[in-house]
Amino acid sequence: MERNQAGKPASEYLVQVSHLKQYFPVSTGFLKTTMLKAVDDVSFGIRRGETLGLVGESGCGKTTVGRTLLHLYTPTEGEIWFDGEKIGSRESLKNFRKRAQMVFQDPYSSLNPRMTVADIVAEPIDVHKLCAGREAREARIRELMTLVGLNTEHATRYAHEFSGGQRQRIGIARALASNPEFIVCDEPVSALDVSIQAQVINMLEELQERLGLTYLFIAHDISVVKHISNRIAVMYLGHMMELASANELTGHPLHPYTVSLMSAVPIPDPKESRKQQRIVLEGDVPSPLKVPSGCPFRTRCSRATKECAERCPEMREASPDHFVACHHL
Amino acid sequence: MSLLEVRDLHTSFFTPAGEVKAVNGLSFSLEKGKVLGIVGESGSGKSVTAYSILQILTHPGRIVSGSIRFHGEELVGKSDEEMRKIRGNKISIIFQDPMTSLNPTFTIGNQLCEAIEMHTDRNREQSRARAVEMLKLVGISEPEKRLKQYAYELSGGMRQRVMIAMALACEPDILIADEPTTALDVTIQAQILELMMKLQKELGMAIMMITHDMGVIASVCDEVIVMYAGGVCERGTTDAIFYNPRHEYTRGLMRSIPDMSDDEKTPLIPITGTPIDLLHMPPGCPFAPRCEQAMKICLQEKPKEYWVGRDHLSACWMNVKDGICCTERPEEEES
Ligand SMILES: Nc1ncnc2c1ncn2[C@@H]1O[C@H](COP(=O)(O)OP(=O)(O)OP(=O)(O)O)[C@@H](O)[C@H]1O
Ligand SMILES: Nc1ncnc2c1ncn2[C@@H]1O[C@H](COP(=O)(O)OP(=O)(O)OP(=O)(O)O)[C@@H](O)[C@H]1O
Ligand SMILES: [Mg+2]
Ligand SMILES: [Mg+2]
Repeated sequence: MERNQAGKPASEYLVQVSHLKQYFPVSTGFLKTTMLKAVDDVSFGIRRGETLGLVGESGCGKTTVGRTLLHLYTPTEGEIWFDGEKIGSRESLKNFRKRAQMVFQDPYSSLNPRMTVADIVAEPIDVHKLCAGREAREARIRELMTLVGLNTEHATRYAHEFSGGQRQRIGIARALASNPEFIVCDEPVSALDVSIQAQVINMLEELQERLGLTYLFIAHDISVVKHISNRIAVMYLGHMMELASANELTGHPLHPYTVSLMSAVPIPDPKESRKQQRIVLEGDVPSPLKVPSGCPFRTRCSRATKECAERCPEMREASPDHFVACHHL
Repeated sequence: MSLLEVRDLHTSFFTPAGEVKAVNGLSFSLEKGKVLGIVGESGSGKSVTAYSILQILTHPGRIVSGSIRFHGEELVGKSDEEMRKIRGNKISIIFQDPMTSLNPTFTIGNQLCEAIEMHTDRNREQSRARAVEMLKLVGISEPEKRLKQYAYELSGGMRQRVMIAMALACEPDILIADEPTTALDVTIQAQILELMMKLQKELGMAIMMITHDMGVIASVCDEVIVMYAGGVCERGTTDAIFYNPRHEYTRGLMRSIPDMSDDEKTPLIPITGTPIDLLHMPPGCPFAPRCEQAMKICLQEKPKEYWVGRDHLSACWMNVKDGICCTERPEEEES
């Protein structure tokens, strides 16, 4: 039987999140603050070695889920379990910070322009004191740069001298430095064009295979997420709406929001595209400061009824391993 | 006469490290009422092309040579005052990042009305009415209330729609949309594209759609220009580019798109190699160092654009070698 680091039998899930909430106080006028519910009661698990995709419109809380999951923000409420251990105490965090890493959304602003590539990549090594001596440190930097396909001769260059795709590789090398088991990839390819995007995706997949990594992969390009993920979770206004295997979710979406999302994915084929039946949603995404009562999607949903305004639907297993939060299914 | 005709445009940034040739001999034309897509690698000069047309290049960038004719009238060399009459009035732009182009210290209404007042002879009150009308047109509810809000109070989709309202307020002949939907989810993206196409038909305007998203190109564009290193590698009708690409870069681009209908997770096929250094342009075809089909001549001499179909041009030596291109526009349709 497989065992986790604490010697207990390893569960199927490396990461488990239950009833996670992340509220931000925002000022809404003179001496007035309102709670912005960026993530509101979200639960899910990530299996060992899998990639869980996370999609949803801009501002729905994807990055906040990723950051809260890594305890870069202290959760307002809820629990995070990693490899069978509850994360929160100082001791658990110290170990966790080595084993879980993040690749940030924007390759242009997430790297310090005044640091060399070597220093950026070595940041976790220095923080966690992972290499004894200068030589070991430099060897490790070279190893990491090679791993992500960067030229080791460029170690002394500055981040701004690199293209977007190369910068993203630097960010990935940094995330790998502490030998993590789990990486939150926050839109690692959104700022890149298709051909560079394909390079970075292939590299992430190769690294996963070689190092046995588990990913939470955040993106808004559904075809990219489908390609890289085993399962996909869909968020809307801080809530989770649906979670299923990548093929099931894209092929047989159940939630009205996911259905419209899938129908609107632009098809890169002019003839197919002309035939495409898009379900164009009415209205705009409500402000996260004024989330509708009940189901957050009801203001744009064609199937909304009185019940939807009164009660927020919970995630239910509609078919094996396919979870959805909707009163009408 | 084309609505917009760009001929051999060269735009460079004169940096301390040297001349960055961001646009390097670009030619194309845009017809009235058409939607022209521009795709190409990051850094290939798409935005700089847009900024050159409007002459809003930032220091140290400037147009070095070439011609940009709008309704037959030369824009290169026009004074800033003359250009101001064209910008936002005859030719409008939606910028890549809506936050940088909306002023955070003024209300939406303030900015919209100002733009309208500047370009038309409406007074403040009439401008306000027009602003409300435009916000309604782009599908923003409670427009009177929105006019009093600031950009940061709006969602990404709403901000983008305000930008479109502002760009369309003066009924331009050309709308340049630089990645107008990149940050948005596909449901909002579909709404915005639908809106742009509706307005395009109603107002008979032409659109230059700059995007990385081949799905967006396939769904809205009549014609496509594929750019690489500041020049055109291929241009033609959308169908010609998708179904009969005649340049290795375009083929590579098409191959690297993830296929939504693939349930097997077949590995993607990227274009190998690294983007070109614009400070040190090689003498031959700029794509040659990354091209698997490259021949000797490709590294030595830059290929010209040749016709490969009635509405299809490509700059690739392969077509010359195979004898499947001509210097004159052919009569018959492409098969
Ligand atoms: N530190 C913060 N303080 C206050 N509000 C915040 C903070 N971080 C995020 N938010 C708000 O929380 C909500 C969710 O933001 P988040 O960045 O998680 O969205 P996202 O899904 O990652 O969006 P995108 O696709 O644009 O990256 C947004 O309304 C955002 O404005
Ligand atoms: N202010 C500047 N100084 C120096 N070089 C610049 C400047 N602005 C742009 N460039 C260079 O000009 C080239 C073309 O840039 P441009 O912004 O047009 O690319 P793009 O095709 O729009 O890319 P993207 O898809 O990433 O938006 C790039 O190589 C860029 O580095
Ligand atoms: Mg985010
Ligand atoms: Mg650009």
